[in-house]
Amino acid sequence: MTRKQRRLTMIGGSLAVLAIAAALVLNAMRDSIVFFSTPTMAAEKQIPPGKRFRLGGLVQPGSLVRGDNLAVNFSVADGGATLPVAYKGILPDLFREGQGVVAEGALDASGVFKADTVLAKHDETYMPKDVADALKKQGHWKDDYGAKPGAAASAAPVQGASK
Amino acid sequence: MIAEAGHYALVLALGLALIQSTVPLLGARWGDHALMNVARSSALAQLLFVAASFALLTMLHVMSDFSVVNVFENSHSMKPLLYKITGVWGNHEGSMLLWVFILALFGGLVAAFGNNLPLSLRAHVLAVQGWIASAFYLFILLTSNPFLRIASPPIEGRDLNPVLQDIGLAVHPPMLYLGYVGFSISFSFAVAALIEGRIDAAWARWVRPWTLMAWIFLTLGIAMGSYWAYYELGWGGWWFWDPVENASLMPWLAGTALLHSAVVMEKRNALKVWTILLSILTFSLSLLGTFLVRSGVLTSVHAFANDPARGVFILLILCLFIGGSLSLYAWRASALKQGGLFAPISREGALVLNNLFLVSACATVFIGTLYPLALEVLTGDKISVGAPFFNLTFGPLFVPLMFAMPFGPLLAWKRGDLLGAAQRLTAAGIVALVAIAVVWAWTYGGSTFAPLAIGLAVFVIAGALCDLAERAGLFRTALPVALRRARGLPRATWGTAFAHAGVGVALIGIVCETTWNTEYIGSMMPSDVAKVAGYQLRLDDVTQRQGPNFREMIAQFTVSLDGEKLRVMTPSKRSFTTREASTTEAALLTRGASQLYVSLGETSAGAIAVRIYHKPLVLLIWWGPVLMAFGGLLSLSDRRLRVGAPKPAKAARALQPAE
Repeated sequence: MTRKQRRLTMIGGSLAVLAIAAALVLNAMRDSIVFFSTPTMAAEKQIPPGKRFRLGGLVQPGSLVRGDNLAVNFSVADGGATLPVAYKGILPDLFREGQGVVAEGALDASGVFKADTVLAKHDETYMPKDVADALKKQGHWKDDYGAKPGAAASAAPVQGASK
Repeated sequence: MIAEAGHYALVLALGLALIQSTVPLLGARWGDHALMNVARSSALAQLLFVAASFALLTMLHVMSDFSVVNVFENSHSMKPLLYKITGVWGNHEGSMLLWVFILALFGGLVAAFGNNLPLSLRAHVLAVQGWIASAFYLFILLTSNPFLRIASPPIEGRDLNPVLQDIGLAVHPPMLYLGYVGFSISFSFAVAALIEGRIDAAWARWVRPWTLMAWIFLTLGIAMGSYWAYYELGWGGWWFWDPVENASLMPWLAGTALLHSAVVMEKRNALKVWTILLSILTFSLSLLGTFLVRSGVLTSVHAFANDPARGVFILLILCLFIGGSLSLYAWRASALKQGGLFAPISREGALVLNNLFLVSACATVFIGTLYPLALEVLTGDKISVGAPFFNLTFGPLFVPLMFAMPFGPLLAWKRGDLLGAAQRLTAAGIVALVAIAVVWAWTYGGSTFAPLAIGLAVFVIAGALCDLAERAGLFRTALPVALRRARGLPRATWGTAFAHAGVGVALIGIVCETTWNTEYIGSMMPSDVAKVAGYQLRLDDVTQRQGPNFREMIAQFTVSLDGEKLRVMTPSKRSFTTREASTTEAALLTRGASQLYVSLGETSAGAIAVRIYHKPLVLLIWWGPVLMAFGGLLSLSDRRLRVGAPKPAKAARALQPAE
């Protein structure tokens, strides 16, 4: 083989692998990407039953109903609309009424969101970022929501060595 | 006083880093030995001061000095001593301080042990380290100073996030940072080579052990983080394709590619330009990881605080270093001479193939991680790219890579014989086919994919053993001779075999865990019995206990198999009053490499929600990386890397100024 042929083999091989990788990515992009919606956005977009998406919002206070064998029903609200959610399994440690939550699943024919995953993260002031952004956009954000108990004290930190 | 002293030490370290990043460069340009030697002393002094700063912050945490914001926000006087210490890096400011401390540590190591490096190369390398260090010192001092005081000190602290109060935190972040930051050395060497416009095999000999060391730590750090998530988050998952995990996986993939291309460069003096590019990319991905985790663009257990100023600052550092190094590369790479011809089918060719697949896999992870962020910025749409995406892209790229893996070491340098290699792998192929048949027959009617994947893993492991047997001449010569030869093989050869086998071992664990995992989720009353995978778990009772800074609800399960009592398992749920947070402490029962996993959910009306999993061969997932790291360690202890290795090819030219 000449030097040129060798180089062509190399380049050809590289391009082939890259093309395969690109094809895989494009294919996966089409099938396995999940969009995020709040109840209001879900109502506006008319998401068809069976299409998977992530639902985010606040757990409506007083809506949590526990059924038999770990079945749970609750509603997710964003100030504009509410959407009933059905889930079976153990809720995360920080799932509370009135707190932010993100659920992944799809709507069924009767308009109930069947969740197979429920996420709520580990902090007393934690609000899932997607939920916070969506609520801010809709003007339902209380500025003091994220205020930490120690915020008043730490608001005026003093530069250590500059004193 | 302690906080002020720590702050002052950090400012001095910045000053030293600034000296380190300029003076040696001038020295190299003017050919002044004294100025070039400034690099060494300033790197060591900088290490001293940043170590002092880190020690002082640790002292503040141990003493629970709540007049310091960082201690107040992340500590509590009742917290056990171990977590007071690990809490130092369990928050944004402290973890950045750990980052620069490790950076200075690596710089100090090069300074201390780089006596046989060409003087100008050492000066350049340490200067580049100085630039990185200066940027991060500025970042800490300007946006995330851990030594800030509170005007009126509170009596009690706000405690550390309970999830982080675990022994995993003691080890996982330092390991990961040793890996991330360790790649800064190969980056500095690459940039130094570009500045000098000269690169030779001695350069590769120097870069390889550093890369290997960083890679070992990163491998262990990722594995440990994964195991920590597995037992601490309470739902038995060990990899979530979370952006933060991907942020550590990307440098690992690029670093693995770098490790292999550095071999080609060292042995055959080829792929120089590519190796330089990979060094730059690997550290760039480490910086990107730091940006993703620290800037608050992602929310996860790793993102301690969201402050836009920090994000912008890290983004600037990122652009400066990645953009700068890539421009330098574009400008100077053509100055490096190409060398070492080889046929497509050869050891070099196999390593190129390895690089190609690893880099492509890394690119798919990169796209999957950053596409949602880019889309949100451009269109405002929020999407999540989860496990299905990565399974569809990453998986198919790893299959050919693993299939080709046993062939590589059996091919000769320069011009290989694929047929010969295939013949020598016949035994491995047969073992793999037998494994497929046995697994398929055993799990008849189950997944068809799993036996094939296990066959591939067995092929990789058997292939690694074949390589060793071939080199030792096993079955061709008398056994004692073969054993003596095996002992005499270079440790790097053993290292390769162990590391490659480790990949196979991990794959077996992954396939078994995902395919034959059985779970039971339900609510149980005391004296209820749950049956999972042949085990009976009886809930004896539920008790309460007071811990140092939490209350704990403990459930006691008696586990029996075929009527025979095995052990008592006590999963618990802890609630931390200070943060009003609770954590789930899973109980694990290890049988061979398989585990029984019990974690608790909420209680209602005397019943308690339980999750019980039986995870067959799950421990192999982490034994694999440990084996890989062990292989790396063996390779690192190879004679040729220890004994008089780094002799520059042209010692005379090294003393001349660059250009």
